[in-house]
Amino acid sequence: MHKDINSPRIVTIEEVIQETPTVKTFVFEDKFSNIALPGQFLMVWIPRFEELPISIMISEKKNYSAITIRKRGYASSALFNFKKGDKIGIRGPYGNSFTVKDNFKTIILIGGGTGMVPLVKLLNSLRVKELAIIIIMGSKTKEEIFFVDIINKILEHHNSFRLLISTEDGSFGVKGLPIDIMNDILQKKKEYGNIDMIYTCGPELMMKKIYDIASEKQIPIQASLERYMKCGIGICSSCCINDLLVCYDGTIFNNEQLQNLSEFGISYRDKTGRIQKYIVDD
Amino acid sequence: MDDNLSIDIVGINLKNPLIVASGFLGLSQSIFNRLINLGAGAIVSKSISLLPREGYKNPTIVPINTNSYINAVGLANPGLDYFLYEISNNKVPVFISIVGSNYDDFSHLVNKLKNFNILGFELNLSCPHVEKMGMEIGDDPNAVYDIVRIIKKNTDKPLFVKVGIGKSDIIKTAKVAEEAGADGITAINTIRAMKIDIDTGYPVLENKIGGLSGASIKPIGVRCVYELKKNLQIPIIGCGGILSYEDVIEYLMAGASAVQIGSVLGLEGLNSFKEILNGLYKYLRIKKYKDLSELVGIAQRY
Repeated sequence: MHKDINSPRIVTIEEVIQETPTVKTFVFEDKFSNIALPGQFLMVWIPRFEELPISIMISEKKNYSAITIRKRGYASSALFNFKKGDKIGIRGPYGNSFTVKDNFKTIILIGGGTGMVPLVKLLNSLRVKELAIIIIMGSKTKEEIFFVDIINKILEHHNSFRLLISTEDGSFGVKGLPIDIMNDILQKKKEYGNIDMIYTCGPELMMKKIYDIASEKQIPIQASLERYMKCGIGICSSCCINDLLVCYDGTIFNNEQLQNLSEFGISYRDKTGRIQKYIVDD
Repeated sequence: MDDNLSIDIVGINLKNPLIVASGFLGLSQSIFNRLINLGAGAIVSKSISLLPREGYKNPTIVPINTNSYINAVGLANPGLDYFLYEISNNKVPVFISIVGSNYDDFSHLVNKLKNFNILGFELNLSCPHVEKMGMEIGDDPNAVYDIVRIIKKNTDKPLFVKVGIGKSDIIKTAKVAEEAGADGITAINTIRAMKIDIDTGYPVLENKIGGLSGASIKPIGVRCVYELKKNLQIPIIGCGGILSYEDVIEYLMAGASAVQIGSVLGLEGLNSFKEILNGLYKYLRIKKYKDLSELVGIAQRY
């Protein structure tokens, strides 16, 4: 590991892209982030507010990287108000990455919300590959859909990709959830052929359902998990899931690992280290 | 290989002298099991308080240079009741670090924990970044004496007292702990330190001041162990900036009977145990020592 990556670096926000009313992308220059692998994350310091683990996003500006966040908690809301010229601290990249084998013929990328960030970075790394790519993304409503333009641009010379979008209220694309689209695809085996890998990032309960379907159909999966983190470097164990550390062993876990993680899709540890159950809302 | 790396301390036999220091990976039974499988001789839990603590907001840890950290986690821990549930089926060698802000806290903690399958206790009297817990107590010799007496009155299990660089003399504090009945001393804790970002002028840690660990404090740790060994009868666990087998040997020669490691796990990863143990094994063989106990306090002769 490059030890330099641990020293916090101050970067200037060069551009702010309003993706949706609640999602923004912040573009900055950083040599380590530029060479980060798809799925890796940064510990992002929002001076005087917080430090958060955030997945690294690509930038259309050459030699630049980005982070994309949704305004949600204390820290993300603070960062949401940052403007061009403001400064943030970053350390990393940390964590492992999505992996694609040369012999793969068809893959599915399925995500929700800012969970699309590592999947877009993965897509960007696949540009030259001869690979059928099915991208499924979902949001609550039409105005919360984002990254469509950048996905189309990444794949503009790629002949064999499909971008499928769901909205919960049916205001755009398929009415329902991304998983509904995936189920439909998995049933049309003649049309889509064998799926070599499912890549997913998004709400954990969504990923658990995707994992359950993938296991049943014996399709390999790589899922990027999220947990509360303090250190990002494998020493505080705030992010542990069973005996694995999301920051150090993950954030991406494959089906062999996931099948041994009894906490996956069930529970997480809070800031004190106590296990809390996910609230299932259906 | 483990055979001649095993050590005996306060009547406990450990398969090797590498103990995971408190605060590192110390709150999950599954992780404890993994650490022991990876080669740790024992583990000290995160400091457990009576009630759950969320700790400070991030940043709680800031890397310094390429081999040290400053942290102000704020004693985040799940609290006694939850932790009892966490370790209820423990089968691996674990010391429980305890922290409190009054005498009742300590007797309560010890009385609940002592019936579990644990090696013993470590009393955190030296956390440098939480008010009224840790160092503020450790700086008061009367409080140290009373707390150690209370704990020892309530349990037969071994008690290590973790001392640090505070306002009081570390040797004096350790001697008071020894007189009060402590079975051993852990030295040293992190040292009060801070990091300011020169671009923005902000202190990086949420708590502004934290505790320095890693290579930066090793020479101070070695000095403390050396001086403590001259002044104490009870065994010492050396701690502070141990990143390699050479560092372990230096601490043993200063007078430590075992060591604690932490920062190295962040710097080199969880395979550090194997590398350090291999180094120790080779060192013993090349230098023709039978076991590690022959090294303990060698430097005291000079």
